[in-house]
Amino acid sequence: MTTEPIIEMRNIEKHFGPVIALNGVSFDIRPGECHCLLGDNGAGKSTFIKTMAGVHKPTGGEILFGGQAMHFDSPRDAMEAGIATVYQDLAMIPLMSVTRNFWMGREPVRKVGPFKFLDFKTANDVTMSEMRKMGINLRSPQQAVGTLSGGERQTVAIARAVHFGAKVLILDEPTSALGVRQTANVLSTIDRVRKTGIGIVFITHNVRHAMAVGDRFTVLNRGKTLGTAARGEITPEALQDLMAGGQEMAALEGSLGGTV
Amino acid sequence: MSKTDATVDERIKETSKLRKALIRPELGAIVGTIAVFAFFIIFAGNSGMFNAQGVLNWSTVSAQFMIIAVGACMLMIAGEFDLSVGSMIGFAGMSIAIISVTLGWPIWVAILLTFALCIAIGALNGIIVVRTGLPSFIVTLAFLFILRGFTIFFPQLIERRTIIGGISEAAEGDWLAPLFGGKVGGGFFIWLGDLGVIEVFSRGTRAGQPVVDGIPMLIIWALGLVAIAHIILTRTQFGNWIFAAGGDAQAARYVGVPVNRVKIQMFMFTAFCACVFATCQVIEFGSAGADRGLLKEFEAIIAVVIGGALLTGGYGSVIGAALGALIFGVVQQGLFFAGVESSLFRVFLGVILLFAVILNTYIRRIITGER
Ligand SMILES: Nc1ncnc2c1ncn2[C@@H]1O[C@H](COP(=O)(O)OP(=O)(O)OP(=O)(O)O)[C@@H](O)[C@H]1O
Ligand SMILES: [Mg+2]
Repeated sequence: MTTEPIIEMRNIEKHFGPVIALNGVSFDIRPGECHCLLGDNGAGKSTFIKTMAGVHKPTGGEILFGGQAMHFDSPRDAMEAGIATVYQDLAMIPLMSVTRNFWMGREPVRKVGPFKFLDFKTANDVTMSEMRKMGINLRSPQQAVGTLSGGERQTVAIARAVHFGAKVLILDEPTSALGVRQTANVLSTIDRVRKTGIGIVFITHNVRHAMAVGDRFTVLNRGKTLGTAARGEITPEALQDLMAGGQEMAALEGSLGGTV
Repeated sequence: MSKTDATVDERIKETSKLRKALIRPELGAIVGTIAVFAFFIIFAGNSGMFNAQGVLNWSTVSAQFMIIAVGACMLMIAGEFDLSVGSMIGFAGMSIAIISVTLGWPIWVAILLTFALCIAIGALNGIIVVRTGLPSFIVTLAFLFILRGFTIFFPQLIERRTIIGGISEAAEGDWLAPLFGGKVGGGFFIWLGDLGVIEVFSRGTRAGQPVVDGIPMLIIWALGLVAIAHIILTRTQFGNWIFAAGGDAQAARYVGVPVNRVKIQMFMFTAFCACVFATCQVIEFGSAGADRGLLKEFEAIIAVVIGGALLTGGYGSVIGAALGALIFGVVQQGLFFAGVESSLFRVFLGVILLFAVILNTYIRRIITGER
């Protein structure tokens, strides 16, 4: 491909005290592509995307944003740069309303003289319509997130990221709690968003979901990249084996009658 | 199913307007307020509690509670406590006294310096809490002792006593002092007195003047702080961040809320409120004492909890906290009017606290879906 990457991560290392969570991971994301990040539990996927989203500062390595070296000091900087993230633990505040959660950090304001007040009308309307696009009909935008089901919460987080992801959208296991219809919705949303030229980083454990929308696939294992393959270069079976470390998986699959 | 285009959800029961209006964080405090007023109208109705002087009496006491409750409320919603509020009140009063009386500087300088000092100490509390990750309970408990210690030590060192008077003289003719110790609406009360709506003194040097000669600035401060804090909390971006910081600091950080800054600012605001309280108090009493403000932090926290705030943060209401403070003031002064043993104040307060909190918990579960 000829397009320049939006973000290029080179040899990213991240240490948590004695724990080496990332040990030299390279990754890039180009406009209009969906780059899937795969790997076992604890492989370092969430840690990796958190360095991309400004939550963690990498211990080593470089981040290039639009070709320029970049240091995100906080998630806010990354958000300003047009990177929106759905975190694995969703980053929702259960005691607060759906609208307040949706707009958290970038609240719409209305000026009254020298004062700025929250513009609840716009906020509520946009929240409701974005949620409807994702196939969830909220009872009220004022209801607390704590009253939503797990999948509904996940959908709010996704709708929020889609709304704010101007350049890059990072989705950390966004479909783990979703029903069939909502999952299909998220996958088609990924496809729709990708067509607008936004780069998508999609973390999942489900090879079928990855295969359905992915343009490239990168597999992480124990803090290192096992490799990157483009669509068509790799079969679902090969990808599955790569994710689980091959051999053992074949043995396990045998004992389960090939159902996994 | 045509759920995607339906605007109403068929899975929700119709709720009555009344129920909707009632299900709010302040409900416990509203019910408590009504109960308390009903109680005293019945048992102390003719005791003078509800004439002009009586109303002024319990309003002033309630306003004191309100000022510190507003600060405690905002801080608690942001997920932190400040147990040093009471000591801060003593400390601020003493600071004003030492600067104005002992050093002889103008009282406005003393007031401004004291505000700067207290807000800086509030910021220090906040910085220690967010940097170390220690519970604010412990950090501010340390400051409870540190500030009280200084409040006793300095006047003894400098003046060889623990009460410093002469503040009224120092405040004479000052431009800033009336903002804390003055009264407003004097003309209005004279007019009311002339109309016979409120009583006038019949004898003495003030014969013919109304028994209430104005609303103390303390009450204006209380109402002003409540109104401003309520608007900030419910209507602004910053208010959203305060809720978020207390609701789930990590989630808030992920979406770009500057949680540490918000928390530090709330510690500073709490210190500011304590300082307003202290300034009004020293100017009214004309003196500063080393034991002022004792236990005020707990009274503030109780008022806030009666008002519907969650001790663990992320949920609460300034209006509720103000009503909690009103309950406090009315009960404390009301038992005096009713001629009841003042120790019963505590019994009564304990009972109200328990009932309000049980009601609040029930309401909160409905609103937030806590399970
Ligand atoms: N804040 C932290 N402090 C210490 N260790 C951490 C921290 N965050 C992650 N780790 C460690 O880093 C490793 C990678 O974790 P990470 O959450 O990135 O895995 P993951 O690939 O997202 O796994 P999963 O598929 O289960 O979500 C794990 O061993 C984890 O224990
Ligand atoms: Mg993860």
